[in-house]
Amino acid sequence: MFVTPTARLPHLVKEESQMAVQVRIPTILRRYTGEARIVEGKGDTLGDLFFDLDSRFTGIRGDLVTPAGELHRFVNIYVNDEDVRFLGGLATPIADGDTVTILPAVAGGAR
Amino acid sequence: MLTIDQSTYDEIVAHARRDHPDEACGLVAGREGRPTRVIPMTNAARSPTFYEMDPLEQLRVFRDIDDAGEDLMVIYHSHTATEAYPSRTDITIAGYPDAHYVLVSTRYADEEEFRAFRIVDGVVTEEPVTVVAGRE
Repeated sequence: MFVTPTARLPHLVKEESQMAVQVRIPTILRRYTGEARIVEGKGDTLGDLFFDLDSRFTGIRGDLVTPAGELHRFVNIYVNDEDVRFLGGLATPIADGDTVTILPAVAGGAR
Repeated sequence: MLTIDQSTYDEIVAHARRDHPDEACGLVAGREGRPTRVIPMTNAARSPTFYEMDPLEQLRVFRDIDDAGEDLMVIYHSHTATEAYPSRTDITIAGYPDAHYVLVSTRYADEEEFRAFRIVDGVVTEEPVTVVAGRE
């Protein structure tokens, strides 16, 4: 049977989106990514992903992870819209096709 | 410079008064530099000296703003016993260089303090605030 390009498109799109983890980068961290809003990365855990990102976007990991190896207190990370603090922090497993969103926390105060 | 209409200004001040003695926090969405709506947010810290938006509420609201084709124009919060000027904590945590940071002080019941700042890489720059009559 003749397969039109249109008929094949959903299949191609699906394959592309599953090639890697998509990472949404907030404005303040785009200085590391050449202003890219979305980058791709890989890793079995969130911690691995940040090492992978840092290998191409040097310095970005230092804004996400403390020297002691903990997530920075005022950076929110979501895997598929869930707050990783409730999933396992840097040990949160990730897989191809997942979306990781990074948002600076909105916090402060007179204290 | 921050140009803001009277009703947006009033909503922010009213929210700050309502949550006093705790700090209030919220956002203003905008389009082309003009406010479209005020979004009062939960202060998850419920504290007179600290505020922190709930991470899931924050994600949801940011996405709403994005989907509506709006920008995150203003991040506001109140100080309840000190001046409307960014504290060291505010400056350290500030992560949105494109937003206007509005501070309201509720320390005096009969006097409003409403000031706006940019906070970029730890540097605070105060901006004049112009209040105009109506929301466009």
